[in-house]
Amino acid sequence: MKQPKYLFNAGRMSRKDNTLKFTPVDEAGIEGQPRYLPIEQVGDLYVFGSLDANSALYNFLGQEGIAVHFFNYYEHYTGSFMPREYLLAGKMQVDQTKHYMAAKKRIEIARRFVEGAANNILRVLKYYDNRDKAKDLTEAICLIERLLASVPMAVDVPMLMGIEGNIRQTYYGAFDAIVGQTFCMDGRSKRPPQNELNALISFGNMLCYTACLSTIYHTQLNPTISFLHEPGARRYSLALDLSEVFKPILVDRLIFRMINKRQLQPSDFRSEVGGCVLKDAARKRFVQGFDEQLKETIKHRALGRSVSYRHLVKLECYKLQKHLLGLEEYRPFKAWW
Amino acid sequence: MQTVTGSLIGMYHICKRELWLHANHIRMEHNSELVAEGKQLHEHAYPQRAERYREIILDGSKIDFYDPYDKVVHEMKKSDKMEHSHVAQVQFYLYLLRKNGVEGATGLLEYPKLRQTQTVQLTNDDVPVVEGWIRDIKRIVDREQCPGRIAKSKCRSCSYFDFCYVEEINE
Ligand code: SF4
Repeated sequence: MKQPKYLFNAGRMSRKDNTLKFTPVDEAGIEGQPRYLPIEQVGDLYVFGSLDANSALYNFLGQEGIAVHFFNYYEHYTGSFMPREYLLAGKMQVDQTKHYMAAKKRIEIARRFVEGAANNILRVLKYYDNRDKAKDLTEAICLIERLLASVPMAVDVPMLMGIEGNIRQTYYGAFDAIVGQTFCMDGRSKRPPQNELNALISFGNMLCYTACLSTIYHTQLNPTISFLHEPGARRYSLALDLSEVFKPILVDRLIFRMINKRQLQPSDFRSEVGGCVLKDAARKRFVQGFDEQLKETIKHRALGRSVSYRHLVKLECYKLQKHLLGLEEYRPFKAWW
Repeated sequence: MQTVTGSLIGMYHICKRELWLHANHIRMEHNSELVAEGKQLHEHAYPQRAERYREIILDGSKIDFYDPYDKVVHEMKKSDKMEHSHVAQVQFYLYLLRKNGVEGATGLLEYPKLRQTQTVQLTNDDVPVVEGWIRDIKRIVDREQCPGRIAKSKCRSCSYFDFCYVEEINE
């Protein structure tokens, strides 16, 4: 079973026959005990520390279809090494492009992503609204429901993006009511995130984006052709589209859960000139939490069997493919629990 | 132009959608366990086979085990059920042999799991039938539209199951 591997420590990675050899190197340049990872157990690599590697290693990773995602010191995602695509399909590619090119077809799909995001946002808010009578989220819920109802009226992508922006703003405005005792939201700030909660959201969103990107890679969808986001907003903009739908469920819920269980506290952060960052141990805990979230399973109602959250992302790709092939209209994933 | 292969013939007899998706290169990521099992069967079930049997390629289609002395096509299926699509696939191989000048070849379907075998023939009457399949396959594959699903009960072991049946359920 392939599993993503997270490299928090600095070190050197090399190929050793059919395994990856990772040798940690500490700040003084002293090598530690190497670890060996059999290649058939390695999914994507997530690199948080500094990684020393040569082209022979990347050739090997490319041949094995393993992507490498890089994050800098401030936990910003800086880019990915993506292996050559292996599941290309001309027909799929052409259909995806056609749906991007025709404004009417494009907006239909773009609207679905916003609807999916809004529905899952509402699911999160309603959960916290019901759970704790003291927290009143009614106003935010009503406003988001009204904004969601106006999505069909968006005639072009900029207008749709405007609605989407308002939904997000209302949503983030409600965060204080959920975790306000420990953390303060104080508006959404991104580059750089100005406080702890913003740092968590940015970091979590990046993890979600890379999870979507990796999943898309294992389908025939082209990650660079997107519908809601403008292709070029980021190189793999389809991963941005997909992650809109999954962020509330995969990231925000995790943040709330970890804060409420006191697994993340203000002392886990450090303020720096470049913004607010998670300290090493807390970052590790959060990445672990995210990884466990992806592995957790739920019973899928249409398939009648248990599937992991990670597989839900894959299933979303299938639904999108079916839409593009003209089989069934795409309806975004809607959390029902 | 689509080359018709034995596996496409098999899919044609099971599900037209599977045929269309596969031929249009819309394939699911390898389910590594299934693939490994198939490979193992070939490599280990009959280790002595290599000496006698040949792999031959006719009109772009591969026959894994052909015995040129007895003119017998062997086809092994890990399936625990005998199916019409398996027979059709072997008949197609016999057709290819016949078209390439080999008269009177026969086929032998082997089911190691069932410990059973079945012989397969290609009569004169079968030839136009096989040619009909080939024409039909080309027509289906070239169609813009992907064919519909078949009955769910037959889809359980298909690699496209999740693709075909995932949908959002109304509350
Ligand atoms: S899941 Fe069923 S309908 Fe879909 S391709 Fe397979 S056999 Fe055909």
